[in-house]
Amino acid sequence: MNKTEGKNLRVVLYEGPGSAPLPAEDRYRAISALLQNGFEVSRPAAGGSVARADGAPMLVLGRFEGGSTPPIEGADVRDVTGLTSDGVLGAAREIREKAGARKLEAWKPWFPVIDYDRCTNCMQCLTFCLFEVYGVDKNDKLTVQNQSNCKTDCPACSRVCPEVAILFPKYKKGPINGDVVRQEDIQREAMKIDISALLGGDLYQSLKTRSSDARKRFSTERDESKALLERKRCLKELGKDLDIPDEVLMSLPSAGDIQERAERAKAKFAARQARSQTVKDTKPPPSEKEWGI
Amino acid sequence: MTRILYCNCSYAQAVPKEVKEEVLKRLCASGAAFDAVADLCDMSARKDPAMKKLVESGDVKIVACYPRAVKWLFHAAGAPLPKDGVEVLNMREKTADEILAGLQPK
Repeated sequence: MNKTEGKNLRVVLYEGPGSAPLPAEDRYRAISALLQNGFEVSRPAAGGSVARADGAPMLVLGRFEGGSTPPIEGADVRDVTGLTSDGVLGAAREIREKAGARKLEAWKPWFPVIDYDRCTNCMQCLTFCLFEVYGVDKNDKLTVQNQSNCKTDCPACSRVCPEVAILFPKYKKGPINGDVVRQEDIQREAMKIDISALLGGDLYQSLKTRSSDARKRFSTERDESKALLERKRCLKELGKDLDIPDEVLMSLPSAGDIQERAERAKAKFAARQARSQTVKDTKPPPSEKEWGI
Repeated sequence: MTRILYCNCSYAQAVPKEVKEEVLKRLCASGAAFDAVADLCDMSARKDPAMKKLVESGDVKIVACYPRAVKWLFHAAGAPLPKDGVEVLNMREKTADEILAGLQPK
């Protein structure tokens, strides 16, 4: 199963009629342990409400009178009288296994989230990301298509967004973490976003030129260690500028792959432009009604 | 009736541990009903249909992180937040006392 697939097991901590309430400390320990292990928890109480049942796997836990569990349609029911938080967690794990619900993944959910109030659909991020995280939907609108392709702790695409429209909610600093975007943030990002200026022209052309220069230098100097040092230096600078973790830089695709991807992105962009041009050309002139006459 | 949704940010330490633990501890000690999820980011990445049910039918206070992040996480999951009746309380910026004060009925 893919790390972004599957339903969580919902655990309902029942303390209503026919059961004894848990002491507050036990309730906290049980709920905390369940959350730390990826479960969704609901605590219904008199005078309040929780989300409705939605057909997802559900486990109802309680300290039921006499230890007898009432039948509840669509749910497993367990008596947890006398159980510690470990015991509660064990019961939940057992039902999760039985229900085929999703297990806790060792994946930190790290992926870009688009703020469509700010996004202008400029596609800089799509062109920039080398891991095909972004795509476009049927209306040519930018979307995040492959969340799990995103490299953990790498916020580089958000640094190239001219509108500060890309969030990484788990990032340490604002506005990338979702904090309010201030004027100074836009100015600061604008200094970093102009990839053309940063690399002296078209990004992929620059990479190509750089690679070709390096090859020439390599063939004349025949000094592998010097070339390697130069590459390391460049990557270090890029990493520092865009806050890209070292391990991401180490896993970059090869120059050939980047070139191939650039060609694909260019072709996609050209097709998109052509399509939007066709739509413009074939759109009939507005009717009198549309003009409001 | 306003419901409460608490996010534990279990998959990372983006929310200060002492704030989220204190908020959860006091929620558990209160008589309040609430829903709690391990991590809204994780649910959003999976486009978990459960996100819809968490914010539907009536007002809801979401105890999580930055409101802009929460808004677009729900949107990304195909469960856009209703325009009215949703309040996000940010554990990355507020203290536990401030969060709990925000949960009190007005």
